[in-house]
Amino acid sequence: MTDTSKSTGEIASGLAEREAAALDTAQTIARILAGESHLFHALIQPVERPVFLMLYMLLRDETDAEDAAQETFIKVYRNLHTFRGDSKFSTWVLSITRNEGLGWLRKRASRPEEPLEPVLDESSGDFTPALLTDWRELPPEALERQELRQCLCRAILKLPPIYREVVQLRDLDELDVQETANVLGITPGSVKVRLHRARMMLQKDLVPQLKAFAPGSKRGWFGRRV
Amino acid sequence: MKIDCKHVWQHISAYIDGDVDAQLRAEIDRHLEHCEICSAVMDSTRNVVVLIADDRIFEIPSGYSERLHRRLEAVFAKESSSG
Repeated sequence: MTDTSKSTGEIASGLAEREAAALDTAQTIARILAGESHLFHALIQPVERPVFLMLYMLLRDETDAEDAAQETFIKVYRNLHTFRGDSKFSTWVLSITRNEGLGWLRKRASRPEEPLEPVLDESSGDFTPALLTDWRELPPEALERQELRQCLCRAILKLPPIYREVVQLRDLDELDVQETANVLGITPGSVKVRLHRARMMLQKDLVPQLKAFAPGSKRGWFGRRV
Repeated sequence: MKIDCKHVWQHISAYIDGDVDAQLRAEIDRHLEHCEICSAVMDSTRNVVVLIADDRIFEIPSGYSERLHRRLEAVFAKESSSG
């Protein structure tokens, strides 16, 4: 029986989603290439968020990230015939995404009012962590506080780009070391080194701030002074 | 072999990912048992890694997916009409 509470578009999209889920990626791609372009919507659904995040991490502007995401998915669609299945589809899409993002950064660099942030920053820096003698764990419920979410968000965006992207792929998107290396075009060893440095930088930057959000601290994490 | 604090710090990320061999893991564990500072550094780093992975940290703009699929539909339509 047809669910009349749903629009034709919703039903079509739901059907397309179920249809694509029932097939493997290779079959879905073959059918899209044979003309069933509607299946592309479901194919890209799992990577919509990682693509936006990668572009936001690179461009640090929501509007640019969204525009670049649309351009990325159009390129993915137009180049679908070149996907050989040597890597996961998501890894391939993220490589295209990264190139698109770097292209946007280069365009920005040609405009003098927007200097290009160095894409490569291999400075060794100081990786001594923030030293403390006790740590009260912040539970996930603490993230209900917008101030805490903003604090974490700022810390990630402050990282030099090569560290930001490895944190995104490994810790946010949960890609494994080899997949991350494939997307970034670096060795698995470099992924581990960059991730270590990035996590140390985040620890050093965040820990002094996060102590204020810990349960039982003077400010408490319900936002009231206690 | 006894390891010092700096040695522990070099392996924090790999330790969290379970990417250290059994011998090194045992040495780090022994160090953590008596070093309050390294224990706090390890716990706080692990906590930071867990918190930043939460989907609530970065919100996707409202309507992002709908706008994306509308744009793609327009591309599909244009390309199918142009043959």
